Amino acid sequence: MDKMISDKEKNWQEEFSKCKQREASFKTVSGEEIKPLYTPNDLKGFDYLEELGYPGQYPFTRGVYNTMYRGRLWTMRMFSGFGTAEDTNKRYRYLLDHGQTGLSVAFDFPTLYGRDSDDPMSCGEVGRCGVAISSLADMERLFDGIPLDKVSTSMTINGPAAILWAFYIAAAENQGVDPKQLRGTIQNDVLKEYIAQKSWLIPPEPSMRLTVNTMEFGSKHIPKWNTISISGYHIREAGSTAVQELSFTLADGFEYVKAGQEAGLDVDMFAPRLSFFFNSHLDFFEEIAKYRAARRIWAREMKNRFGAKNPRSWLMRFHTQTAGCTLTAQQPENNIVRVAWQALAAVLGGTQSLHTNSMDETLALPSEKAVLIALRTQQLIAYESGVANTIDPLAGSYFVESLTKRMEEQAYEYFEKIEKLGGIIKAIEIGYPQKEIAQASFRYQKEVEEKKRIVVGVNDYRIKDENIEIPILRIDPDVEKNQCRRLAQLREKRDNRKVKSRLDDLRDACRGEENLMYPILEAARVYATLGEIAGVLKEVFGEYREPPIYW
Amino acid sequence: MGRKLRILLAKPGLDGHDRGIKVVARALRDAGMEVIYTGLHQTPEMIVEAALQEDVDAVGLSILSGAHMTLFVKVKELMEENGIGNKLLFGGGIIPDDDIKKLNEMGIGKIFTPGSSINEIIDYIQKNIKTEDE
Repeated sequence: MDKMISDKEKNWQEEFSKCKQREASFKTVSGEEIKPLYTPNDLKGFDYLEELGYPGQYPFTRGVYNTMYRGRLWTMRMFSGFGTAEDTNKRYRYLLDHGQTGLSVAFDFPTLYGRDSDDPMSCGEVGRCGVAISSLADMERLFDGIPLDKVSTSMTINGPAAILWAFYIAAAENQGVDPKQLRGTIQNDVLKEYIAQKSWLIPPEPSMRLTVNTMEFGSKHIPKWNTISISGYHIREAGSTAVQELSFTLADGFEYVKAGQEAGLDVDMFAPRLSFFFNSHLDFFEEIAKYRAARRIWAREMKNRFGAKNPRSWLMRFHTQTAGCTLTAQQPENNIVRVAWQALAAVLGGTQSLHTNSMDETLALPSEKAVLIALRTQQLIAYESGVANTIDPLAGSYFVESLTKRMEEQAYEYFEKIEKLGGIIKAIEIGYPQKEIAQASFRYQKEVEEKKRIVVGVNDYRIKDENIEIPILRIDPDVEKNQCRRLAQLREKRDNRKVKSRLDDLRDACRGEENLMYPILEAARVYATLGEIAGVLKEVFGEYREPPIYW
Repeated sequence: MGRKLRILLAKPGLDGHDRGIKVVARALRDAGMEVIYTGLHQTPEMIVEAALQEDVDAVGLSILSGAHMTLFVKVKELMEENGIGNKLLFGGGIIPDDDIKKLNEMGIGKIFTPGSSINEIIDYIQKNIKTEDE
């Protein structure tokens, strides 16, 4: 049988090489060479149980749950936030009314950096690319009329994650909800901030302490909360390849597990609450292979390297967002189609939740109309395409399995390099992942410039003097003024003696060894602002600055 | 040949999106220009100070955070106050057409939106810089 296949293959190869091929690059978007055909010869020695197994079973290549989408569809979770807490609250209610199943908060830049709306550096940025949340009072307004025991909420917040989480917990308490009931995620992945997204607060080492504190606090008090969402999304958006996204994200993940263990926590206590967040980029099969490889590597490393015994510690659960950087400002309606197949790849890759980008995101924050089309895209995939009928339908494909295997091997090569540099934190400090990403991003841009890669509407199939006719979301210019005024009122109204004493407690705690989540939550409850709490952290631990290198 | 063109590329405000500006920085350098990249989180004051110190021929800002109407205008004003209002100020980012028009009316140069080609940017800079040799 094997010989017959090989003979036939040789025969096909000869015929194929005589024929003319299209003048095109047959590489993935990450620059990986793709063969014209994959056959059983590409999967020699393939062991089904070893490589794939069954859904919900080690090594989870086929999916983390036994039933996957036959049990429950993925969570449709649109990342959203703009203007004031009231503006965003209105958008959340709109999305929930249209069948969205989870919330996802986009904060504005000042909030991401732990700065209040009235901080001088916040000038012009308040409510612009997310919602402005400067205190518990803003968080209460954000979830006004949305019972926090009924929704799951993801918050994209990193450097100051502990503080925003404390606002959320205190807001739930004020709604009369037991924090044990809370479900959701804080991104809280600072390592990738230094690598890619750049919204940091304090330097890596004290940041890791804060992360471990949240992991410990969550497992004790908010057991259904994902305390980190280890993120490749931003690494990819910064221009990395698929393999770099996979490798750096997992390397970050290993570092958090190591930090937890070094702090004396039992891996099986916190690992089940680690979750992941990946990008879904243009190259359909490469993305699917990436998710499958990621699950397999994580399961293996958690079991063998970190000694986790609870199978729930082995599962890689992940959220996916389609790739913002692949959207074009030209002919923006084309983006609807790009998003659709990126979303499809995420579903075929077994994602637990999904955000689909809106067609207008290269122009502004999404309009209501654009965001509805994006949400509908997920519903179309879920209910009309038929892909959710069976689990991991691409398993066994010669191409997909060999691509999965290759990505896994390449990831291990990166792990080795990172190990040689002394681990991911050392690697970040010398700018290794940053350089790798900048190079990949430059290579991609050059390919587009030289037309080795076609981007429809950008370097080919252009429309001359195109008139863009889609509505654009405008942020009310008064948002900043109103937000600052409200903050001033808050500072007047609250019990400032209490605020000062809670901040003093936090300062003392920072200098000691205790878990910082407790004093942060205490400060949040008495309406200390984000900037005040973050200010104490920066005062004790210093502020991070990146060297301005563009390589 | 005169001296190399000196270009200051800056990220004003809190915006951390630096993929585009890094690609542009490298491409301008490869095209023979002297590139000074400020890094992230610069105030308009810091940027104009750097432009003066480095005696640059042009200033490019990258803003993807939506704060462009505040930050471009502030940098332009400060450049004028400091006697370098005649130098080219251009930029790029996620900026709607209507805002680009308003910025252009204020004397700010071309704004490159996603999908712009590097050659376009190089070409634009070379054609629009007023160097002392001219």
